[in-house]
Amino acid sequence: MGIKVVRRPKLSFTERIYLGPIVKGLRLTIGHFFGTLTDVVLRRKQHERKTATTMQYPEERWDFKDNFRGAPVLVSDQFDRMKCVACQICEFVCPPKAITIWPSEFDESADDVEKGVEKYPERFEIDMLRCIYCGYCEESCPEEAIFLLQEAELVGRTKEEFVFDREKLLAMGGVREDRALKWHNK
Amino acid sequence: MIWDVLGKLLHAFLVVGLVLPLMAALMVWAERRVSAFMQDRLGPNRVGPAGLLQPIADVLKFIFKEDVIPGHVNRVMYVLAPLMVFVPALIVFSVVPYARGMAIAPLNIGILLVFAVSSLGVYGITIGGWASNSKYSLYGGVRASAQMISYELALSLSVIPIFLVTGSMNLESVVAWQAQNVWLLLPLFPAFIIFLVSSYAETNRLPFDCPEAETELVAGYHTEYSSMKFAIFFMAEYINMITFSALVVTLFFGGYTLPFLELPAGLWGTVLSGCIFAAKVSFFLFLFLWVRWTLPRFRYDQLMDLGWKVMLPACLVLIVCTAGVRAFIWPG
Repeated sequence: MGIKVVRRPKLSFTERIYLGPIVKGLRLTIGHFFGTLTDVVLRRKQHERKTATTMQYPEERWDFKDNFRGAPVLVSDQFDRMKCVACQICEFVCPPKAITIWPSEFDESADDVEKGVEKYPERFEIDMLRCIYCGYCEESCPEEAIFLLQEAELVGRTKEEFVFDREKLLAMGGVREDRALKWHNK
Repeated sequence: MIWDVLGKLLHAFLVVGLVLPLMAALMVWAERRVSAFMQDRLGPNRVGPAGLLQPIADVLKFIFKEDVIPGHVNRVMYVLAPLMVFVPALIVFSVVPYARGMAIAPLNIGILLVFAVSSLGVYGITIGGWASNSKYSLYGGVRASAQMISYELALSLSVIPIFLVTGSMNLESVVAWQAQNVWLLLPLFPAFIIFLVSSYAETNRLPFDCPEAETELVAGYHTEYSSMKFAIFFMAEYINMITFSALVVTLFFGGYTLPFLELPAGLWGTVLSGCIFAAKVSFFLFLFLWVRWTLPRFRYDQLMDLGWKVMLPACLVLIVCTAGVRAFIWPG
């Protein structure tokens, strides 16, 4: 049965009339107030801010490293030609079988035939819900026609919306300059 | 005659019905943003520029929320309580001269009316707490009345030195006296401190928000309230803050005047005086927020100690001293 003596700290006069601590506290909060105000008024970026260090999501996003692998997409070359020649290597190498290609042959009269291209993907679909972002398609593509973007925020309401077709993939991929121009220099 | 009355009504409606609620809405926004800034956050910044339209979104939310009247409440009192808080809050502002020659009711007993009516507000809180028929609300209501008794006393007494000095209870002439001589803040600094602290208790703001005390009493007297009824309690608190900031400015900080500044005659002078008043009031509103987000809540017995053992005797000493000075050293 021990008696516990609660020690009451002796308060100084300023502490007893509350004023000293109150002023101290007010100084602290106003410092934070003006700190945040400066950050907001100067529109500082997340990494420059000392306050409000939370990322303001839609405006600010993660800086991904260069080797980050996001959504796979198709690209065109600088002459606005779809680079994919429907060889289907990506389809075969894809571990989760997310890629489906319906290859088709060019007509005799098409421009590309003269350059030596024979096939093109009539339909090209990637199921983004199946995709595991492994990057094998990009690695294996002999035409450098499929790339992984730094994009990781795909949004949809139904499963079907996540099956991206050829036009959508091309639009997302945009243009990538082709250095070899293997079909043009033939 | 009839136009006179109509003009007065319009004036009252514009100030009390339009400007005050708008300012209260703005205060809610300011409260959230200032608190956020003090806590290294950003606060609501999405609705409109800098989040300024957030209050409108809030009001819409309150309007469309279901208005629940719990089954266990005393219906009449329950419905009446928010209004009993809201109406006094609006009335009190009517005696404040917010610009040169502009007050809704320039009464000779101005400050008496303030104390008479603003103490009515606590009935609403107490009745709301009682009618809710829940232990948290009841605690909140009882605390509100006890707190009001202990602080209203100091509040009223701290103003008496002002009347000893200026010789008038008309707020307009208090302002005029200060414009002629000196802001009452300087000769009556202790009275200013007591008035300020008591007004925090009177408006139920931190560090004296014991009636609400969300960490102890859920939400205190408005625990059982929802939708617009809660919003009215909420608005009343902010309008009270505006009124008491206006009173502090009027009584101690020269109201709508500035020292060494001759207000130009005519409309521009009136507008300028209104702007000066608004700027001063804004500072004290900011102080309300600043203090709220700095200090913790007083424990209930500490609050009573401060009211009865410190502020009341201090007020009495101050009154006697001021009266002595007026009688013997500086008879006016």
